[in-house]
Amino acid sequence: MSSTLVLLDPTAERQPLARALAARPATLAGLSVAVLDIAKARGNVFLDRLAELLAAQGVAVNRYRKPTFTRPAPTALRQQIAAENQLVIEGLAD
Amino acid sequence: MPVPDLATDGLPDGLIVVAKRDCPTCGLVEPLLHELARAGQALTVYIQDDPAYAAGLPGAVLDDTLEHSFRLGIEFVPTLIRIAGGREVARTHGWHRGDWQQISGLPTLGAALPELRPGCGSKTLDPGVAEDLQVRFGQTGLTSREVALGDAEDAIEACFDRGWTDGLPVVPPTPARVLRMLAGSTRRPDEVLGLVPPDLAPCTVEKVAINAVMAGCKPEYLPIVLAAVEAALIDEFGMHGILCTTMFAGPLVIVNGPLGRAVGVNSGVNALGQGHRANASIGRALQLVIRNVGGGRPGEVDRATLGTPGKYSFCFAEAEHPDWEPLHVQRGFARAASTVTLFAGEGVQGVVDQKSRTPESLAKSFALCLRAVDHPKLALAGDALLVVSPDHCRVFIDAGWSKARLLDELTRLLLLPGDEMVAGAGGIAEGVPLAFAGKPVPKFRPGGLLIVRAGGSAGLFSAIIAGWAASGPVGSIPVTKEITA
Repeated sequence: MSSTLVLLDPTAERQPLARALAARPATLAGLSVAVLDIAKARGNVFLDRLAELLAAQGVAVNRYRKPTFTRPAPTALRQQIAAENQLVIEGLAD
Repeated sequence: MPVPDLATDGLPDGLIVVAKRDCPTCGLVEPLLHELARAGQALTVYIQDDPAYAAGLPGAVLDDTLEHSFRLGIEFVPTLIRIAGGREVARTHGWHRGDWQQISGLPTLGAALPELRPGCGSKTLDPGVAEDLQVRFGQTGLTSREVALGDAEDAIEACFDRGWTDGLPVVPPTPARVLRMLAGSTRRPDEVLGLVPPDLAPCTVEKVAINAVMAGCKPEYLPIVLAAVEAALIDEFGMHGILCTTMFAGPLVIVNGPLGRAVGVNSGVNALGQGHRANASIGRALQLVIRNVGGGRPGEVDRATLGTPGKYSFCFAEAEHPDWEPLHVQRGFARAASTVTLFAGEGVQGVVDQKSRTPESLAKSFALCLRAVDHPKLALAGDALLVVSPDHCRVFIDAGWSKARLLDELTRLLLLPGDEMVAGAGGIAEGVPLAFAGKPVPKFRPGGLLIVRAGGSAGLFSAIIAGWAASGPVGSIPVTKEITA
């Protein structure tokens, strides 16, 4: 962990400094949505309901689960989610 | 480094001494500081390293951040300064008995000491320190937008995340590193070199310095990088087209003259390969400027079907030989001048000829291999750069063939039979237009074949670097720019 480091922008500074979020899709039609359970207790209750609602709209839903909420998702799981989906929903239950 | 304005610093009248314990001359004058204080002089002593120096003296101040030393513009310790009316009126450094007596107003000060002892360097000028102090306490004069990283961000990963790299890690461009880079050139940071394609964004010396830091350049490479960027922006070079083409080319930087040798641009063993910082980072800096300032990124405006590894970095120097006119002299510059020549280059094709011992035989080998540029049945498309190794070059030099003679012979040998070249000939649809049937076809446009000497001292191999197939006024012609300080 370092203190705040300042770099000088090497670009022509035509883009805002804050990086934009990815654009929200206009529709879910034809897209696959990953629902990622981070393995926190009862997170699945919330995600099950979300998946139901999405499926009712005809959206393709793929379910995934992290081995433990205490660590980042394994690389292979991240790659699988990225390869199989265009969107991901990740829930934190506390 | 900015000149401190003592008037605005509001320093109290009296004497200032800046010293460090590590300096023997500072040790010599240490007893005198107590003498000055006893004499009722208003005295401030800034100590750069160790509070044990001048311990107990009322005006002793530990300057371990070096802020006071920096603001006072100290180059040597000890330095003695007299402030009167809020302004500096006298200064000396080291121990000069007469100066100290005069500035202190104590005519017998240090009478028992030798007349003169030189001081030591101020810690503000220790390697790597000056720029950090300028960033912390001074006006850097830098105008680029500052990007503050998050506490948990790794600086190198942050550069990847922001899209600033060519796929390899870059050196994070901190303000101190950029200041150090700028010290490699006498040019002002805000000088605009031109408009970088494809976005036609103005490019300052400062932006080039930032990208040169990222590429891994040493400050002494900066003049070469600046010349390379300026050359790339010469209209005839056609950098926009080279960047956006579906073909292979990227800007190859050929360095001639003493400046390249001084900073170690490799022209010898593995000249076209890896392992030399100057070659690797100068070519890379140019490409990072195109990417970051110009906005030229692969898959966006850069539409290369395959590209070439040289698009990471491609830079080498000519191994100049007294008997062979170097490229920059051929292109109208003095032999003592230092230049960069930019060539829209593709990849390296080896020419293996280990049997030719006469210039005639070797020239025919070269010509045969040069026919393959773009396609053996195409002509007047891409230029070519022939890199002649020292072992091959010796064959020509020993026979009295100048580089110009070789070029003449190759031009003659590369007047090719149109019947073999036209579309459809040999059962191959590709080829020059049918109008060339029955006529000789020159492989290269006039001026489209360049020759340089480079490589290690063993190996009867040379190399052909094909140019962009849209060479010439329609696309790109090689350009040469003199390197200035």
